[in-house]
Amino acid sequence: MTTRNYKTDLPVMMPVDGKPKNRPRFRLKLWHGAVLLGICLLSPTLSFAQSDAGQASVLEVLLRWMPLLLKGFIFNLVISVFAMAIGTGVGAMLGLGQISLHGWVRKLAWAITQFFRNSPWLVLLFFAMFLLPFQLRIGGVTIPLPDWLKAIIGLSLPVMANVSEIVRGAVTSLPSGQWEAAESLAYSRRQTLWLVILPQCVKRMLPPWMNLYSILTMATVLASIVGVSEVMTLTGQALAAEGGRTDLLAPFYSFVLIIFFIYCYPIARWTVYLEKKFAVKG
Amino acid sequence: MSWTEDQPMVSVRDVHKSFGELEVLKGVSLDVMKGEVICIIGPSGSGKSTLIRCINALNDIQQGSILVEGIEVHDKHLDKLELRKKVGMVFQQYNLFPHKTALENVMMAPIRVLKENKDDVEKSARALIKKVRLEGKENSYPGELSGGQQQRVAIARSLAMKPDVILFDEVTAALDPETVNEVLVTIKDLAEEGMTCILVTHEMGFAREVADHIYFTDRGVIVEHGKPATFFDEAKDPRTKEFLSQIL
Ligand SMILES: Nc1ncnc2c1ncn2[C@@H]1O[C@H](COP(=O)(O)OP(=O)(O)O)[C@@H](O)[C@H]1O
Ligand SMILES: [Mg+2]
Repeated sequence: MTTRNYKTDLPVMMPVDGKPKNRPRFRLKLWHGAVLLGICLLSPTLSFAQSDAGQASVLEVLLRWMPLLLKGFIFNLVISVFAMAIGTGVGAMLGLGQISLHGWVRKLAWAITQFFRNSPWLVLLFFAMFLLPFQLRIGGVTIPLPDWLKAIIGLSLPVMANVSEIVRGAVTSLPSGQWEAAESLAYSRRQTLWLVILPQCVKRMLPPWMNLYSILTMATVLASIVGVSEVMTLTGQALAAEGGRTDLLAPFYSFVLIIFFIYCYPIARWTVYLEKKFAVKG
Repeated sequence: MSWTEDQPMVSVRDVHKSFGELEVLKGVSLDVMKGEVICIIGPSGSGKSTLIRCINALNDIQQGSILVEGIEVHDKHLDKLELRKKVGMVFQQYNLFPHKTALENVMMAPIRVLKENKDDVEKSARALIKKVRLEGKENSYPGELSGGQQQRVAIARSLAMKPDVILFDEVTAALDPETVNEVLVTIKDLAEEGMTCILVTHEMGFAREVADHIYFTDRGVIVEHGKPATFFDEAKDPRTKEFLSQIL
């Protein structure tokens, strides 16, 4: 079949015959969180001993800044949700392009996917930051493109490419008998895809898609490098406002790590659960 | 040219088919009249599956002609969907849609492809499920059914399109021995009702019983063919004799 030209390297997409090949892949584990919590709890007490009299305690300072930092974190989540939504929408179309019957559509979609999948996320972010104009003029209407919007677009590019691969991998991993059965029942290609193939792919796509989302969430801190006021930027600003006290560094950054952990760990667990569940049922 | 019932419903003429360098069919011809049941037998790899897959255009051919009710299958402008409404197919691996129940598997194509009324389709789908003796399994998913039951759903699914001819590709080869018979009985029922059937099978007893004509293929050619009685008892070609002695 023409759609089987390229082999996937996504582990979850491997054909189900034989044992799945285990490739090293980062996964949040509970002990990661335990270590973080330990650092966060220990460091204030340790550094408390070092801090001069007259200064507010580390915990006090952290509590004072916490609402702002959490607001920053919510901004990270907003970026992650929109980048995921855009990346998924465009990436799904690109993935379907990769299995198109038109050779040139297939090749173009493949090339775009490979390009964005094999570029560093930070470079793509810079690319979006500095190549996109600060405003768009469509007809008479001027749409401003603030930095956070550009960050969303920049981060949605690698998401798009990965979703494209997930879709293509899921479609090509279905047994060809499904295509043939549908074809022999006079389904058009479009009907085959939408009624038979894609509904079966959703299950296969969900775990890698969730994994991608949690990677994206962690990557949203890259936006601090290009000046978006997300949690890392705000942490830096808070530390500066406190006069660069070195005893605050570890607690503050540990706090940021912990909120990311609390958000991403359940997603990682759920992904593992779904993977196991679907692996049993097939 | 319009087709009439006194002409073959399926007419295969000097068909050549290659996969790249490998020539799998080397000039195959056969005719199937309306209501006839023909069985194609032969060693594995001799091109039996390829031959019947060419009849509903799942495989293309390089040379020759295949007419189904007067429609030329070997034609760039062939309307494949129209052809496949006439030709049903049942596969060795059943290929049911695992995300749909037995009933939905049977109902989907008539609703989506033939655009028939849903209530009518459901009524006839239930009747078909009853016909393949699976009453009570309407809401089971394929994964909950035995191989033989799945294969009978697959037959019902194919029948729901009201095809004029059905292709069966070793439909009992993947089944447990104890469920083979229930599928063969279903096919026999169809044959007795006058359905035109083209079967690839290794079930010689069955072939002898239901077939109007037997074709023996080896390495891409039809070596010998005839009525079951003469074919099985008076085979002439040494290759046929050897094959029959191995399998009987
Ligand atoms: N899609 C394909 N691509 C390449 N070779 C194929 C393909 N399908 C079948 N063949 C080859 O064609 C030959 C006949 O296969 P097949 O028709 O399946 O035989 P049979 O059904 O009689 O066992 C075999 O040698 C097989 O390897
Ligand atoms: Mg075969």
